[in-house]
Amino acid sequence: MMDDLTARMAVANRLIDDEPRRARGRPGTIGRLERLCSALTRVLPATGVGLSLLTDDSYGGGTVAASDAKSRALEELQFTLGEGPCIDAYASRRPVLEPDLDTHGTRRWPGYAPAAQEHGVHAVFAFPLQVGAARAGVLDIYRAEPGSLTPDALTQSVTFADVAMGLLVDGQARAGDTRSSPHLDDALANRLEVYQAQGMVMVDLGVGIEEAMARLRAHSYAEARSIGDVAKDIVAGKLTLDRDTT
Amino acid sequence: MIAVDRLAEVFVEVADTLVDDFDVIEFLESVTRHTAEVSDAASAGLLLTDAHGQLQYMASSDTSVELLELFQLQYQEGPCLDCFRTGTAVVNSDLHQAGEQWPLFAPRGVEAGFQSVHAFPLRHRQKVIGALNLFSTNTGHLEPTDVRIIQCLADIATIGLLQERTIRSAEILTEQLQSALNSRITIEQAKGVLARTHGIGVDAAFDLMRNYSRANQHRLSDVARAVVTDPRRHPELTTTH
Repeated sequence: MMDDLTARMAVANRLIDDEPRRARGRPGTIGRLERLCSALTRVLPATGVGLSLLTDDSYGGGTVAASDAKSRALEELQFTLGEGPCIDAYASRRPVLEPDLDTHGTRRWPGYAPAAQEHGVHAVFAFPLQVGAARAGVLDIYRAEPGSLTPDALTQSVTFADVAMGLLVDGQARAGDTRSSPHLDDALANRLEVYQAQGMVMVDLGVGIEEAMARLRAHSYAEARSIGDVAKDIVAGKLTLDRDTT
Repeated sequence: MIAVDRLAEVFVEVADTLVDDFDVIEFLESVTRHTAEVSDAASAGLLLTDAHGQLQYMASSDTSVELLELFQLQYQEGPCLDCFRTGTAVVNSDLHQAGEQWPLFAPRGVEAGFQSVHAFPLRHRQKVIGALNLFSTNTGHLEPTDVRIIQCLADIATIGLLQERTIRSAEILTEQLQSALNSRITIEQAKGVLARTHGIGVDAAFDLMRNYSRANQHRLSDVARAVVTDPRRHPELTTTH
């Protein structure tokens, strides 16, 4: 079933496809994430977009992609200072939307907010890259003008965050292969069975949630089936993924 | 109509779940349970919109309703969808007479043993952010007073999601909605883990997890997250005997 979300993700993937490759762009998943940041900067529009990976044991993270040097600096600054919207979004597992860095934002992040303003940024919106308990990092959007995201811009941001999460999950399973796989993208659509199946695959294969998601997607990809159909079979007990194959 | 003294208790009970750091899924479940009780409806379910403007299943008073809510979402048809699109309540719809309005949903609802349905919008300012759905096993009518009481419960659900009324409320609402939706996903993942671990169905897995959370006074969402990321924290729940 081609729903709105699937269609939006397909559009986002096309926008990323259309984004020119950087002169010294990185290969593989990281290169595609860089183009994702640039594409989102263009469509919103925003001053810049950055993407950082974080881990559970420490909130020290690594910035893996950004639309430009300034956004990359703003990402890294958060880890230097140990505070900022990206770190809060990861820790709280929810978006952190700060339309006014000059007032409310400065009370929230006394070190980070003034530094961001010096870079000409006055609003920041951070979206966690997560699917349930699985999380990888945060997508940050920077804007020169204070003010809320419009509903349209919000939808775009969440869609690009979903696409980025899919890329990161797939990147684990098939490193270097950055083809977009649109028929897989209903993975994030409203199919509770997909999430239940992710939990089941964890137990069947004895792996963590991120790996289970990757294996489920890889299996669907290899069998050219939609992930929703595969999940349905797993939940119904008709299909068990093997430990040694995808 | 419900007795006034019981009604007061219901509102206190719902408000009581709105403590600091409350579990949003448990809160919404409590709203559905109490809605079913005050309206004399058999069951109630609650849907919220995501950032794509699509409704997502969040909570229900029992699992039979979960399937009917998912059916509406899958076929994009039914009282909840109408209520969400128009922003107005659907009241006293007789499922036996609703074949034209909802050709797919009406027979499905009858099959599940329900006679009538109602749906109430969750509203924040001009925006509809979700819907509260009631299913009755009798064709009994909701009176105007019942309608007002249930709309109050729907409004409480919205207030609960907002937590604080500030100028940042649009941002806070988005943050809360996204967080609630992700909590629901975590619960589904945990249901999958427990279903496979114990060789039981996903509904039984949910009951197991909820009963464990209540008995040990843990937040349901916290338990679900631990089941997926760190199952050793709850060995009673995650190991087979």
